[in-house]
Amino acid sequence: MPAQDNAEPTLTREDVVKVAMLARLALSDAELSSLTDELSQIVGLVSQLSELNTDDVEPLAHPLDSQNVFREDNPAPSLKTADALRCAPRHDGECFLVPAVLGESGSA
Amino acid sequence: MTLTTRSAAELATALQQGETTSVECTTAFLDRIEATNPTINAFLSIDRDGALAKAASVDAARAQGKSLGPLAGLPVAVKDVLCTTDQKTTCASKMLKTFEPPYDADVVRRLREADAVILGKTNMDEFAMGGSNENSAYGLVRNPWDTDRAPGGSSGGSAAAVAADMAPLAIGSDTGGSIRQPAGLCGITGLKPTYGRVSRRGLIAFSSSLDQIGPMARSAKECAMLLQTIAGHDSGDSTSINTPVPDYLTDLEKPLQGLRIGRVAAHFSEGLDPEVAEHVEQTFATYEAAGATIHEVELPHAAYGVPTYYLIAPSEASSNLARYDGAHYGHRWDGTPSDDQGINTFDSPLVEMYCRSRAEGFGPEVKRRIMLGTYALSAGYYDAYYAKALRVRRLIRNDFTQAFEKVDLIGGPVSATPAFKLGEKTDDPIAMYLVDLYTVGANLAGIGGISFPCGFTQSKLPIGFQLQGPALSEPLLLQAAHQYQQTTDWHLQRTTAISS
Repeated sequence: MPAQDNAEPTLTREDVVKVAMLARLALSDAELSSLTDELSQIVGLVSQLSELNTDDVEPLAHPLDSQNVFREDNPAPSLKTADALRCAPRHDGECFLVPAVLGESGSA
Repeated sequence: MTLTTRSAAELATALQQGETTSVECTTAFLDRIEATNPTINAFLSIDRDGALAKAASVDAARAQGKSLGPLAGLPVAVKDVLCTTDQKTTCASKMLKTFEPPYDADVVRRLREADAVILGKTNMDEFAMGGSNENSAYGLVRNPWDTDRAPGGSSGGSAAAVAADMAPLAIGSDTGGSIRQPAGLCGITGLKPTYGRVSRRGLIAFSSSLDQIGPMARSAKECAMLLQTIAGHDSGDSTSINTPVPDYLTDLEKPLQGLRIGRVAAHFSEGLDPEVAEHVEQTFATYEAAGATIHEVELPHAAYGVPTYYLIAPSEASSNLARYDGAHYGHRWDGTPSDDQGINTFDSPLVEMYCRSRAEGFGPEVKRRIMLGTYALSAGYYDAYYAKALRVRRLIRNDFTQAFEKVDLIGGPVSATPAFKLGEKTDDPIAMYLVDLYTVGANLAGIGGISFPCGFTQSKLPIGFQLQGPALSEPLLLQAAHQYQQTTDWHLQRTTAISS
């Protein structure tokens, strides 16, 4: 493997809390601690890429040099409402049911 | 002769000639699963009734002389990452414990149309994230050659099922080596086709620019049979390749005279197990004896494959897995408050439901990768990590393009070691990620790769050999593996480590 970068970036617990909220994960105290260590190690591994000069390299987002694919805009049957709702944790037969979008903080 | 020890090719002939029936054959495999699954845990669900009903209908159609599909009456195991309307699809996650998909994956549809008999759904690392099958929410899978060892992953259940004679054919998926590595560690043959050769519709998405479905079986010939059924364009997957599917069986018997195989010196550097190195070198010698020529080639950026992969795959995963929100399908938090000292303050009741549902539904490795991907895509880090990885991805693909100007295929090890002990790497994510060293390149470049057994260690653990080829080189990959299997019998050896 390429040599480790000396200036290995390290995540703080605050960084991990911020990322967890972006990722919508209510991580436990223990998970925040272990992920702070593990993500720092993994970021150290992936930071090896900074050794490479890629100034003149175009990003490759997709392995095939594919072009956009078009089709005729013809109406066709889609998933029935009942099928779409069948695995929903809560629904009223028409809509998915979720807690209030606006409201008090849910802190215990 | 016991039906379960016969290859799919032999079973197909026996079925056509009336020596056995699909019901008899399917029953034999179901009984074998019932006897061995408590030990191996290769299957998450077994569809005895559905499989026997399909087998009976194939037998009836055959008796009436009706035309049948190419896999008529042959049992197949399907990785639980593919949607099936008649069986739960869990992706080995608590998140999808009760998920009953409203449609079949395109690959499942093709298997049904080919008259295959789907035995059940195989175990895997949760959301296909892992290299040992220890990340399943429904228990680890044991390697049939040594039940204290991992079968590899993430298609560990499919690989173990074939190795333990629980299924003659299996479907896997490969995002960074998830077909080839478990095939290697379990002593079977597995092909990762070119990106886009097989439709991903109904494949539960992990990393959409890397994921590809492929066949797993004892031999290359059986992989060719299975690929023939599952390959092809699908208007439901805009990344599926719209070129005709060749006949994968046509070229299998052609000799390898003049085939140019590349050897990468860096594959044999520190970290490669000596017994693996010895058998891989012997495999090159076998190819030379068969008329191929071996040429040194370089893949200068190969060492950057794992870091590149562990930025791109988690980034795409963090986006793909955002769909599990506790609202549409999947696990939902029941509202019980928590007094944990971790994240416990939320902007709204809706956000709390999202965050708690996801925290409960996902296992540790899935959370780790979502976190890593979210970090790599977040403001201030996007250019340094994700965009950087996309640039290195192009360098890695260019390496392969240049190598394939000199050689037809590139050979080498699949994994640096034979199957490792269960628990050996579970506390060390970096060690587990480095397991993917030899396999991630093909996914990043979108090319094909095949893994097949090339020997055993002194302690009777299988060793795999990998061939990689340019985009759409599946006929050549299958031919080269098949020709090797005509002069060797590694792929025919059966484990004695589990009772039958």
